[in-house]
Amino acid sequence: MLQIKEGQFLGYRRSDGKVGVRNHVLILPTITCATQTAKQITELVHGTVSFIHQHGCAQVGVDYEQTFRTYVGMGKNPNVYGVVVLGLGCETHQAKSVAGEIAKSGKPVITVSIQEHGGTLDAIAEGAKAATKLVQEASMQMKEWCDFSELIIGTECGGSDACSGLSANPAVGAVSDMIVEFGGTSILAETTELIGAEHLLANRAKNDQVAKRVYEVIEAMENRSIQMGVDIRTGNPSPGNIKGGLSSLEEKSLGAANKAGKSPLNELINYAEEPTEKGLVWMDTPGHDIEQLTGMVAGGAQVVLFTSGRGTPTGSPIAPVIKISTNTGMFEKMRENMDLNAGTIIEGTETVEEVGKRILSEIGMVSSGKLTKAEILKQHDFGIWRIGPTF
Amino acid sequence: MSKLSNSKFRTIVMRPEDSVAVALQEIAAGIQVEVNVPSKESITILLKETIEFGHKFSIRPIKAGSDIMKYGEVIGRALKNIEEGEHVHVHNLEGTRGRGDKVVTD
Repeated sequence: MLQIKEGQFLGYRRSDGKVGVRNHVLILPTITCATQTAKQITELVHGTVSFIHQHGCAQVGVDYEQTFRTYVGMGKNPNVYGVVVLGLGCETHQAKSVAGEIAKSGKPVITVSIQEHGGTLDAIAEGAKAATKLVQEASMQMKEWCDFSELIIGTECGGSDACSGLSANPAVGAVSDMIVEFGGTSILAETTELIGAEHLLANRAKNDQVAKRVYEVIEAMENRSIQMGVDIRTGNPSPGNIKGGLSSLEEKSLGAANKAGKSPLNELINYAEEPTEKGLVWMDTPGHDIEQLTGMVAGGAQVVLFTSGRGTPTGSPIAPVIKISTNTGMFEKMRENMDLNAGTIIEGTETVEEVGKRILSEIGMVSSGKLTKAEILKQHDFGIWRIGPTF
Repeated sequence: MSKLSNSKFRTIVMRPEDSVAVALQEIAAGIQVEVNVPSKESITILLKETIEFGHKFSIRPIKAGSDIMKYGEVIGRALKNIEEGEHVHVHNLEGTRGRGDKVVTD
């Protein structure tokens, strides 16, 4: 059995100095039209992963940039050894531009275009050949002992219930503080689900500039629903949240904010941006589980902690997602989806700190190779937060 | 975190200023629940309705239009007068943030 020292894990050192906890070859389709071809390549070549999406064309301005940054971030994530960037040819998000940015990290990147290679079958052959070479190279990478200071941990809650704010979120908050203590980075996200709790984070901001940004991103998110003339509660909290006992977005937010522990807030970054600071960092994302997850992974998170009260299968194609249930009933019911149970806090048999320690030790194991339930079930979720219309 | 209730029925109040308790198990209407309030004496609340697991009940009367508190923070506003021991949820509590439906246009 794998034996891990606290605060350490066995990872893959990349040429840019960063450390991956996985060694994937990513087939990255930059446009919807190439996603099926990408999927065919993953079926042919062992050791490759990909994802289905509906983005990459007829996008403009900041929306174009955000999608572009997300693609590049997925390729640059240190969990990826090398990338086959797959395009159609005529789309706005050009495969070669995305590949050029990823290549700056020093990892091997190969570009394949369906139009240039003469159609689906030739593109599959070309992509599969490139992927085969990358997978064999990747298999010769040796793992080395690394420190938790080299980890970026994403934190997330989805399918929340009233227990989220009492058990799993405070436990993740305790872990977030431990990661910060080790010199690592913890990402808090879900701006929507911090509406009503923003003052608590702003009060912990490293400086006035970060505090000001907290209020700016909250206002921008809240204004989206106000400008639409709709009650935000028609979308958030969700029907499942309400059934679980959450009555308002503010109540959900105050529970969600617990994931940030007690550390100072060092930085506020845009969606899919890489943190430049260590410690606690807030990424501006919506509450949508998959869009948030994608943003954090594109921002360089190697591991994600995901709490749920209602239960969810969510996973990422390239980052292990450790799912933590807020109550024992759901953990028992959805054992094949949930990795850890924090319901013991509700029952009074474990403290927040004890569950935090269990999660920390699981981070060490998973970062060293232990597969999460979502990885075993091939839950390769991907979705980009769109901030503009399609033209 | 505050201490869980010692009584037979498990409930939790997060902060002394809170107006609601969370039921950590389903508790039937008509039951008297002993509720621990952090840094205060425990109080006994007679439940007017059955409270499901994870749902809230009021631990003091709340006037229509006033703030409802949990975690020591505002979680919304009372839509009507709420009596002690009543279920507090979307039927009598409204969130006040992101309310585009409340914006009056000329």
